[in-house]
Amino acid sequence: MAITELVDGDNNVTPVGKRLSFAENARGWIQNLKSGEIGSLPVVLGLVLIAVFFQAQNDRYLSAQNLTNLLVQMAAIATISTGIVFVLLIGEIDLSVGAMAGVGGVIIARLIVPDGTAEVPWYVALGLALLVGIVVGGIHGWFVAKIGVPSLIVTLATLFIGRGVVLAGTGKQGLIRVQDDSVIGIANTFLQPSVAWTIAIGAISIYAVTNYLSDRNAMSQGLSAQSWSMYVARTSLAAVMVLGVVAVTGNDRGLPLITVLLGAAVVILTVFAERTHFGRYIYAVGGNAEASRRAGINVDRIKIACFMIGSFMAVLGGLVLASRLRSVDNSAGEGNLLLNSIAGAVIGGTSLFGGRGKISSAIQGALVIASVESGMGLLGWPSDRKFMVTGAILLIAVTVDTVSRRTRQSSGRA
Amino acid sequence: MAGHDQTPLLEVSGVSKRFGSVQALYDVDLELYPGEVLGLVGDNGAGKSTLIKAISGNYKVDTGTFKFQGQPVQINDPKDSSDLGIEVVYQDLALCDNLNVTQNMFLGREEKNGVGLLDEATMQRRAAETLKRLSVTTLGSVNLNIAQLSGGQRQSVAVAKAVMWNSKAVILDEPTAALGVAQTRQVLELVRRLSAEGLGVLVISHNLHDLFEIADRFMVLRLGQKVADLVKTETTQQQVVEAITAGQLKYVPGQVTDDRDGEREDNGNN
Ligand SMILES: Nc1ncnc2c1ncn2[C@@H]1O[C@H](COP(=O)(O)OP(=O)(O)O)[C@@H](O)[C@H]1O
Ligand SMILES: [Mg+2]
Repeated sequence: MAITELVDGDNNVTPVGKRLSFAENARGWIQNLKSGEIGSLPVVLGLVLIAVFFQAQNDRYLSAQNLTNLLVQMAAIATISTGIVFVLLIGEIDLSVGAMAGVGGVIIARLIVPDGTAEVPWYVALGLALLVGIVVGGIHGWFVAKIGVPSLIVTLATLFIGRGVVLAGTGKQGLIRVQDDSVIGIANTFLQPSVAWTIAIGAISIYAVTNYLSDRNAMSQGLSAQSWSMYVARTSLAAVMVLGVVAVTGNDRGLPLITVLLGAAVVILTVFAERTHFGRYIYAVGGNAEASRRAGINVDRIKIACFMIGSFMAVLGGLVLASRLRSVDNSAGEGNLLLNSIAGAVIGGTSLFGGRGKISSAIQGALVIASVESGMGLLGWPSDRKFMVTGAILLIAVTVDTVSRRTRQSSGRA
Repeated sequence: MAGHDQTPLLEVSGVSKRFGSVQALYDVDLELYPGEVLGLVGDNGAGKSTLIKAISGNYKVDTGTFKFQGQPVQINDPKDSSDLGIEVVYQDLALCDNLNVTQNMFLGREEKNGVGLLDEATMQRRAAETLKRLSVTTLGSVNLNIAQLSGGQRQSVAVAKAVMWNSKAVILDEPTAALGVAQTRQVLELVRRLSAEGLGVLVISHNLHDLFEIADRFMVLRLGQKVADLVKTETTQQQVVEAITAGQLKYVPGQVTDDRDGEREDNGNN
């Protein structure tokens, strides 16, 4: 967004906004950094460190094959994390997302098993599973908003109930195979180069044009817009990243379909969170619930909706997992899926204290987690060490969040 | 300053409010004229906050009637009062730290563009215009988060937020209580500018010195009763202090509630 200055000049002339100079632009950026608005900086630094570390241990780490795998592996965590972001934004927590991913996977897998007993098309199964997710999220929200039960407890209860449902649903065999090609295809389809390049160029163009239009709109309102150099830098950076992904994956099996789906989901959810009334109210409630209430916002409704989104995205994450693993077993949604999903959001910069965070933080965090997991897998590290490393990363992320929050609080200017 | 032959902007008559055994307000009258700053003073527990919460629709009064610009009106909830053009800036300001100045000023009343998305640019322009109109110039940008602002700047944003919606009356609860000297000055000047624009401003403050700089008139509450209504040019700080501590009570506390029938259902508004 453009950095705005108060309109000055004659009262009766509507001044036309100018583009900032590069220096002004950079100054604003540094000032934000100093006041604790650290943005993606820790993630970028973290990713560089991780890449250097694992590449030094094993030179297949940065290979096209491993990076393509990584993109597929991060998808489920990223999906669940985007839902967690909404819950964290209102200052609550959802411990049930792992279990709900398992429940979603079980519902879908069972309903599409071609055993002649009431099987349904995969999209009907998905619809039902998502409906269950929405209802469960609604129940969470209702208990939290209307009764005042801490979200930690409500969702912990669902964690246990969900585990039970997964155990019951997977039956004696403890495993349901997924044979439906559409479901398997979600995480196992790789796009032709021509398709991948077309999507990439389309996405970059849309990014460049919307950015340009938003600057122009700001200037037409008399506000200042980012400098041209900043515009070019941002657009180029986005282009390099997107084209880089397409080029690298092109050297392996191709751009994963799930990456495109994930990208689309993030764009849609970001528009929802940052450019709609509802999204604005989510941030407001997370920042100051009492102020939101006085502004006429229905605080309970916002909270309930966020829990619904949390469980909805968890079920979608369960679908992605079932697709990638081609099965759902009785440990679905267990292990470190929950911790990784929460860590993903927090590592990406979403605050546990509510009101701060972006949808894209889920992607950034999931990328960090998947990078570490992938590296540890490649080096054949045992599970015990993996758990400890994941725990340490989460601790670091939360510490960064807490420290930057304190910086922000103490930077009120006189 | 305020010509009392005018119609009051807001006229409150005979307001009583009881909380259990505590009679917070007894038969209180209040008039607020356009373009005046009315100082509402009284000791702790005198009923000042209760009175403004009644005016803002946060409390239902037990008895009492309201007129706005001469017309009888009902104020049953906060929306009623904001629809009339009465805005309250509470002591705790009610700003979202994580949102920027513009987003706070438009909270709950955001502007949409043609496709139904938030129109950030228009809101920024209007926020900047309002701040400029009120000569709030210490704020560098309407894009700053509230967390980055000083106490005085926050107070200014809260006031600007209150007046940008064509409000006619603004109520400020202890606007300078948490501020240093320079910031207090900013806010006092802002209050004067509001009245210069023709708004009626009701200010609660414990700081009589500050209040004497900006108020045209003082209304003194004591133990829930109005004990004085003093025009600044005809009074002294000493007289106001006397009214606060020893103003003549009309009703003897504890004996009045029976004949006034303090049942909550007996609501003059309904
Ligand atoms: N919500 C409430 N419930 C019970 N008593 C209240 C409530 N609000 C105010 N009171 C009582 O009413 C009286 C007036 O309080 P208040 O209006 O807050 O005074 P002031 O703002 O002048 O200090 C006090 O005795 C206070 O304890
Ligand atoms: Mg009070």
